[in-house]
Parts: sequence; structure tokens; C-alpha cells
Amino acid sequence: MTTTEERPATEQQDRRPSTEAPRSLRPVEWLRWLWTNLTSMRTALTLLMVLAVAAIPGALLPQRPNQPFEVEAWIEQRPTLGGLYDAVGLFDVYASPWFAAIYLLLFVSLIGCIVPRTRVYWRALRAQPPRTPRNLGRLPASARATSSRPAAEVLEQAAARLRSRRFRVVVREDSVAAERGYLREAGNLVFHLSLVVMLVGLAVGALGGYRGSVVLPVGQSFANTISQYDDITAGGRFDPTSLPPFAITVEEFVAEFETGPVQQGAARVFRADLQVTEAPGEQPYDYTLEVNRPLVVEGVDVHLIQHGYAPVVTVRDGNGDVAFSGAVPFLPQDGNFTSAGAIKAPDARPEQLAFQGFFLPTAAVDELGPRSLFPDAFAPELFLNAWYGPPREESGVPENVYSLDVTGLEQMTTEDGSDSLRLRLAPGESVELPDGRGSITMDGWERWVKLQISDTPGLGVTLGSVVAAVLGLCLSLFVRPRRIWVRARTTPDGGTAVEVGGLDRADARTGLEEDVEELAGHLGEEHDTARTVPVGSGEDGS
Amino acid sequence: MDFAGVSNTTMVTAAVVYLFAAIAHAAEWAAARGTGAEAAPAGSRQEALVGAGAPGPEPVADARDREREERALLRVERYGRSGVALTLLAFPVHAIAVVTRGLAADRFPWGNMYEFVSTSLLFVVAVHLFLVLRAGQRWLGLLVTMLATIGLGLAVTVFYVDVAPLVPSLHSTWFIFHIVAAALSGAAFNVGALASVLYLVKDRAERRGAVGGYLAKLPSTRQIDLLAYRAHAFAFPLWTFTIAAGAIWAQYAWGRFWGWDPKETMSLVTWVIYAGYLHARATAGWRGTRAAVLALLGVVAFWFNFIGINLLVSGLHSYAGI
Repeated sequence: MTTTEERPATEQQDRRPSTEAPRSLRPVEWLRWLWTNLTSMRTALTLLMVLAVAAIPGALLPQRPNQPFEVEAWIEQRPTLGGLYDAVGLFDVYASPWFAAIYLLLFVSLIGCIVPRTRVYWRALRAQPPRTPRNLGRLPASARATSSRPAAEVLEQAAARLRSRRFRVVVREDSVAAERGYLREAGNLVFHLSLVVMLVGLAVGALGGYRGSVVLPVGQSFANTISQYDDITAGGRFDPTSLPPFAITVEEFVAEFETGPVQQGAARVFRADLQVTEAPGEQPYDYTLEVNRPLVVEGVDVHLIQHGYAPVVTVRDGNGDVAFSGAVPFLPQDGNFTSAGAIKAPDARPEQLAFQGFFLPTAAVDELGPRSLFPDAFAPELFLNAWYGPPREESGVPENVYSLDVTGLEQMTTEDGSDSLRLRLAPGESVELPDGRGSITMDGWERWVKLQISDTPGLGVTLGSVVAAVLGLCLSLFVRPRRIWVRARTTPDGGTAVEVGGLDRADARTGLEEDVEELAGHLGEEHDTARTVPVGSGEDGS
Repeated sequence: MDFAGVSNTTMVTAAVVYLFAAIAHAAEWAAARGTGAEAAPAGSRQEALVGAGAPGPEPVADARDREREERALLRVERYGRSGVALTLLAFPVHAIAVVTRGLAADRFPWGNMYEFVSTSLLFVVAVHLFLVLRAGQRWLGLLVTMLATIGLGLAVTVFYVDVAPLVPSLHSTWFIFHIVAAALSGAAFNVGALASVLYLVKDRAERRGAVGGYLAKLPSTRQIDLLAYRAHAFAFPLWTFTIAAGAIWAQYAWGRFWGWDPKETMSLVTWVIYAGYLHARATAGWRGTRAAVLALLGVVAFWFNFIGINLLVSGLHSYAGI
């Protein structure tokens, strides 16, 4: 599809419908007309442009797979426009039917184009260089010279010279025909075929692959079974029982941030020390997981994709029993890790307790309210509101662990009842809840890491096709197909008149004139200053 | 002064000298006004760049007119040479700025927008100087020095950040491949776009039959188009590689090689537009003007991807505070 030549057949047929009789097309003809048009270069070009335009909204609007909350916020702010956009799939452009239609049409067009071209190329590969034109002087570049040696000898010399320049050469009666640059079209075909193979690789990955994630506070373990994932997305042919049975324990997580004046707060080091057990009963080994250094277990990739803080708290209920104790992951809200989360103690008696608020690694309270000033935990504090309510039946309905559903709960207030109760805790501090409802202690804090566990089959196919595509592209753009003919005729005075002509078969190539003249000079009388007369050169001598 | 100080000073100096070079080249264009209008067959005129005294084919040229014309051509030559000389002066200063930036940071200087722009523009100017010194073609001078002035000006004012180490996600070998390829292909796309601008301007003038002034001194539209094509043909495989290297890196860093991140999407859009450009050159009815317009659309997408996506849209490549 790229560069160089038109497909003449297509061009002819493009014009045909207008001259045809006004009889309506039979289905077969109609299909053929459709196919011809679909596979024409002009259609391909249009489809490319449509694809470019269609991909843009996805870059400018938030997309559901990446930013689901932003999408909801966007729709909330602009209900009419948002609803309209949502209806046509603008919030999930790359999974929308119309986007798929565009690229599938493009690929059909591409296949319809390369199959016939591969056939043509296959024939061309085995064909001899074309016959010598009658008048070499009318080619884009040509030159003449004379020689005192016999014509046959001159032709033999020309053939040898051209062969050494990697031309395919055939010697005919009074002329030599030579051609080179077959790899250009090969590269072109490889490039386009690679795109098809890449699509296949992507499809294999999308169907059989999966990607899940899990949030693990330091010290906790993960066993690779589907129930342990926080979320997982998988293709239609993914088999949950095929998950390799490895286990990972997060032993330590180190995060360091820039404390100097430049780029203060920027991340400098993320490192998670893991203990990995490949299968139950096997010897565990240590692995240091870093951002660009994923762990590979049994063909499954484990990536470190996020981290955050988990305050460690103990909640005692009104009876004085421990109702909850442990690390609770909070979700970072900004670059300084102001983290939001909820602590739930549904087992507290006589009333269940719940807390919602913020963990601030470097806490400060100013006119903007409590917030964190630095991503590292230099002055960690916990800011909470508290709720209480009657015990609830275990419903089994999954709920968001990072936020609190306050239905059926009542917020605790200050003693005079004028304001909601605000708790502020530093590590080691404990607060009694009003009316003897219990207490909450901040024992400390821990870091958590979010691990992404994924498997993408077909990755090798995709990568291989991309490499092939780049190589093919280079061949198709940088190989210079060229034809050169040499004719030698014995003149009446016994000498030999040599004619050299050349033709470039690709756009924007240079050096043809020089090559042609150089060859003429070489074939002409040696020691004689090349008596070449350029004739009929192209429009300009580039 | 430490490396960072040297880098900052030389970067601003380079921007200022490029500005002077742009002014000199602008004077070169201005001085060519009213000359060369008789240049009938475009393409035969390219030699006139050096042949300052070559008179036009007009047989009855008035002696005073001819004298004025010769003086104008001399002026054109003088301003043009000054522009080239100033660019030659600015280039090593610019190079020192980029190299000392890398020394100051103790890494390759491609970690943020400031460093990317300054490096990429260095490549653009290098291509231009190569054309000047090896092929004697200085007609890209005005646009290249203008681009360098505006680009470096933006870099030192808007994009500037102090030297700092890299965030963990940039600690990768692919960082080098990905960004060098992006900077090189960006440079080539920009050179191609500048040539396409001149192609469109000259082509329009030719169709109106009013090729005068500096336009007459440009090479033929076919040759401008050739340069534009070469720049794009060089850039396109490199850009493909840039995207591929980015995808491989993303697979290492995030466990997915393609996630429709705004940056990835716009890179693909840019790629598709340039693929369209290459196809357009081989399609009847799309050659020439339309292909050149596609090339300009491509460079707009490239710049939008660089500035717009980095600063306006939140994504994995966002540089919130630059």
C-alpha cells in the first residue's frame, strides 16, 4: 500500500462505473465494485485519516478503562453533553464498535491490497530485467560514449560492472538490461503483513490474557488464586483455574523522595523486597521488585504499580474488647499522599463503630484544612470522623473498603452536639470516644504496595511483528529500485558507440544521472576523459 | 560556575544568537524583494544562490536597474552569509548548553520537556548546518532559526526546570532509546514541515505566476518536495521505533505495552497522519499540495502531543508542574 506505484487495475475500475450502462448492478458486481473500492489506495488513505481523527477524542476526554471516576465527574458536570457522548461511546473510544469498524476496514483494505501485490512481486522476483527500450536517450537519464573495443566486449564489461553493483543483469543481443532494488517492495510487503500479524498477536493477548491487582500492606502475603485479587480483567478465553499457584510476601517497601530544593517531593527510589514461593512446598526465594524490574513467575508478570500508606489502628468497643486491629490501606489523593480511607469495626458491641478520614504522612493544618506537605512520612497523623450504629447482619454484599457507607449509622458529635466529632491522632496516641462507646488507638503506620499480576499471551508474536515492521519499513523507504540499460553498436568506422540509460522506479531518489554517466565513462575509452554527452536528462539534475 | 550554571547561561545565549541569525535571514528575504522576478523557469535558478552577479535573461535591462539589482543581490548574499555565520556561532554554544546540562545532571539530558526541546532543536540546527555546509543550501535558514529561537525561548521560559535526578520510572535502558529516537524523529519531522511550508508557499506563487523575491531563489518546488520527503522518510521509521520502544518500556514499567494513555494515543495519531503522508505521495490527486498539508497536520499533531498532552491532559507523561 505504501509509496511507489499505483495499482493500475484499481485506477481503471475506479473510473468504470460512470461509463457503464445505467442498469443496476447485480449483487456479485456490486460486491466486486465494493471490494475494488475498499482496497483502493484512496480508500486506504481516507481510512487512515478517519482513524487519526477518531482516535483523538480518546486522548482529550477521560476514558472509562483508565479514569472511571473522571468520566463520572465529567458527565455529572455536563449531563446533556455527557449523556450524548456516553451514548456514542466517546468515553470508551477504543472499545467502541465504530472505532473497531474503522480499523477492521483498514485492515481488510490492507489485506486486499497486499495479497495481489505479493502475487505480482512473486512473479517479478523471478522475471528477467525488462527488455531494452528502443531509444535510451528518452529515459530520465542517459549518456553516450565511444569505445574502440568490440561491442560484445563492452557489453560484457558493462554486465560485470553492474553485477558487482548488485544489479540483476541479463545480456541480450546488442544490449545489457539490469535491475536492482527488489527488496524495496519486499520490505513494503513485510511491513504491511507485519501489521496484520501484530493485530493477530494483540487479539491473542486480549482473548487469553488477564490483568489483576492486589493491594498488600508490608508484611502481608498474596496467594495467586482468583479470590485474592482486588480486581481482575480477563479476556474471553481466560481460564481462572490456570493461574500458577505462586505466593508472594511483601517483606519491606522502601520509598525515598527528593528532599532537596529542586523537584522537592519527587520520587527517587521505590523498592519492594519480596519473598516468592513458586509453588506450595517449594523453597522460597527473595526478589527485589522495582518499577522497571518486574518479577516473572511461571510466565506471569508481577509489577509494582502503586504504593501508599496504611495506618495501623486498634479499635476497642463499648465493652472494652478489641473490635478491630490491623493495617488499613488508605488511597493517596494527591502527590503528597494525602490519603483517604475508612476504618470499619462492624463487630464492635454494643454498637458497631466506623471511621472515615485522612492519613497525612507529613501533616499540616492551615486555612485549606488538614493536608500533607510531603510524600514521605515525616509527621504522620490521622484525621477521622466517627460513626456508630446498631450491629448489622453480614450481608455478603461486597463493599468499597476505602469509603464508608453511612446508611444506618449516626455520626458522633462533640459533647455539646454543635459540631461533628473530629479525631486527630499521631502514632502511639489513643482517643476515648464520647458516651463510653469505646476508643481508637493509632499504633503506627505501614506502607502498602499495589502489585499488578498479568499475563499477555502472544507477546512474542506482537513484538516480533513490530520488529519486522520497522525493518520492512526501512527497506521500503531506503532501498532504491533502479533499472539501467546499456546498448553497444558497432559504428561504420569500426568503433563502438555505447549508450547508457537509466530509470528510477521510486519517488525521490537521486544519483541516477551520476551513476549513468559514471558507467558510460567507465565503458568508454579508458584513459580517455569520459566523453559522455548527457542527453535528455530529467527535469532537473538532482 | 558549575555545569548547571554554564548550561543555563549558554542556553540563553544560544537562543539570543539564534534570534540575531533569524533577523539576518529575515533581512536576507527582505533584501530579495523586487529581485528575481524575471526568473522564468524555476529549477534553473538554483545556481543563482552563488552567482550573485548573474544577470537575468532580459536583453534590454536598463543599466541602472541592473546595477540596483546587483546591489540587492549582494545585500541578499551578505545578510544570508551573516545569518549562516550567526547560526554557526550559536550552534556550538547550544551544543555546550546541552552537554553541560547532561554533565550537571550526571545522566543523558533528556529527562524533561526543557531538556527534550533543547536537544531536539540541536538536531534540527545540525541538519540545517549540514545542508548549508555540504550542499550549499541555506534556504531553510529563516525558518530553522525562527524555530530555534521560539523553541529555545519557550524552553528557557516556560519549560525550564532545575537540574534534578530522574524519577524511578525513568530508570531504564529504554529511556535512552525511546527519547533519542523521539528527539531525532522530532527534529526530522520539523525540518520536513519547514520544507513543506516553503513548498506550499512557492507552489502557490508559481500557480499565480508571481514567483519573485526570495521565492525565486529557492530551489524548484520539486526539489523542496524532495527534501521534505527525505526528512519524513528518515523520520517515519524512527518514529515507529520510538513508539515501539516506548511500548516495550511500558511493558517493563507498567506491565502493559499499550494502554491508550493520551500520550500513546496522540503518538499513534501522529504516526497515522504521517503514514497518510507517505501514501498520499503515491496517490494520484494527493501528490504535492495535499501531501504537504498532511505533513503539516502531522507536525501539528506532534507538537500538540508534546506540549498539549504534557501540560493540559493528565496522563502518564504529564509534567504537571513541568
